[in-house]
Amino acid sequence: MILDDFLVRAALAGVGVAFSAAPLGCFVVWRRMAYFGDATAHAAILGVALSLLLSISMFAGVLAIAMAMATLVSLLSGRGYAMDTLLGVLAHSALAFGLVAVSFVSGVRIDLMAYLFGDILAVGTSDLALIWFGVVFVLGLMRWRWSNLLMVTLNTDLAYACGIDPKREQLVLNLALAVVVAVAIKVVGVLLIAALLIIPAAAARTFSRTPEVMALLAAVTGALAAIGGLRAAYWLDTPTGPTIVSLATILFALSGLVGHAGRRLSRSMPLSDRR
Amino acid sequence: MKLLRIEHLDIVRGNHLILQDIHLTLERSEIVTIVGPNGSGKTTLLKSIVGALRPARGSIEMPQGLTISYVPQRLHLDATLPLTVSRFMNLPRRHSSHQVEQALKRAGSEGLVRRQMSELSGGQLQRVLLARAVLESPDLLILDEPTQGLDQRGIADFYRQLDSVRHELGCGVLMVSHELHVVMRTSDRVICLNRTICCEGTPERVAASPAYLAMFGHDAEETLALYRHDHASCSAHVEPLS
Repeated sequence: MILDDFLVRAALAGVGVAFSAAPLGCFVVWRRMAYFGDATAHAAILGVALSLLLSISMFAGVLAIAMAMATLVSLLSGRGYAMDTLLGVLAHSALAFGLVAVSFVSGVRIDLMAYLFGDILAVGTSDLALIWFGVVFVLGLMRWRWSNLLMVTLNTDLAYACGIDPKREQLVLNLALAVVVAVAIKVVGVLLIAALLIIPAAAARTFSRTPEVMALLAAVTGALAAIGGLRAAYWLDTPTGPTIVSLATILFALSGLVGHAGRRLSRSMPLSDRR
Repeated sequence: MKLLRIEHLDIVRGNHLILQDIHLTLERSEIVTIVGPNGSGKTTLLKSIVGALRPARGSIEMPQGLTISYVPQRLHLDATLPLTVSRFMNLPRRHSSHQVEQALKRAGSEGLVRRQMSELSGGQLQRVLLARAVLESPDLLILDEPTQGLDQRGIADFYRQLDSVRHELGCGVLMVSHELHVVMRTSDRVICLNRTICCEGTPERVAASPAYLAMFGHDAEETLALYRHDHASCSAHVEPLS
């Protein structure tokens, strides 16, 4: 069977995570929630400790903690705290507490590196099923709430006037973020999940005129980075997760350069030729 | 039919009582304008009606299934969000491209369909916002300083359009405005707000009331003079009071 090949499983896992991260990553960029993604992803290591402690499934433990963290952050936001500082505190302390908690789990020798940077080559068939279950769930959720989420991102008062409750939509984003973190931890690890959310979306911005195109291009960019990064890591014998993120960053830089060149070109054109 | 009935409304933000004991009703096809100094709670009142702020006391009642369109005072557009005018017009509900073009044309912004929202000038953005608000065929149109950024011609066009919209759709209009002289000419009723409602009624009554004159002082007298001048049937030239 084709899934017997670990490289095929790894590629499918990477593409799945890229697909689920793309639309969510766009909202992270539009709503300036980069640190929010960081804090939630870093909290996942606490979820790892929890699942080891209670010997429950890793997916469930990470999902629960990520959801709790996302809810905590969105509760604190809009209460007059300086969010930038607060999120910085939460993002890094979540990681520190998580690492401390993992060290308390006695009797288990765990490969911490695998959780911090991911271990995409070790993705099994059941992991793959879980990842794609998560992908379908997140994409379905985003598709369902898409218009409402855009309205809330644009202006909360306008959203209220349309009968949309911004708090409920924030909850939708929190849930989607928690699921993405839970499925991505195996692929890129907690330290680089936020990168996979933000970088493809940022790279897609240059070539997008509508939100939908940006989400689609972010998915393509993420998938390219996942497959290409997997190849490159194989040839260069480098860690896979960081290689994927590095390739995504190269794509981001290229898109920036092309966009810059395109703008200069259109500026040097006579006015009458512009559209 | 009453579109809106507000009774005993108090709005508190932090420790401040922003609005106190507000009573307000609005009928179909009626244009009601709220005037008042900065920080008098005008925007807060509009926000509480669209449901963005929870009353500390009192009630805001509207008939079931009422459609509200809202034009906020400011729409901050983040450059990271790519959004064409046409996509914005179709949020949150889709409309046919013919309807979208008609609405833009009416608001005097034809030819903007393919433009990016973040590239629009202040006046263009204001027209697009109004076009979108009307596209929803609202029962209640709520406008927060809708003519800011428009030039004289734009302001005149805007009020003309507003008048035809309320007759066509039969919608009620509640707006905040600073252009006292235009307000006096175009509104059915004027509400003078400064945390509480100081005075309200027809433009003539409000313009003559001591509370209004105390609030706007010199400006108000000038406006009143202009207003009387506009309505004077005689051809004699009336100098505004200075």
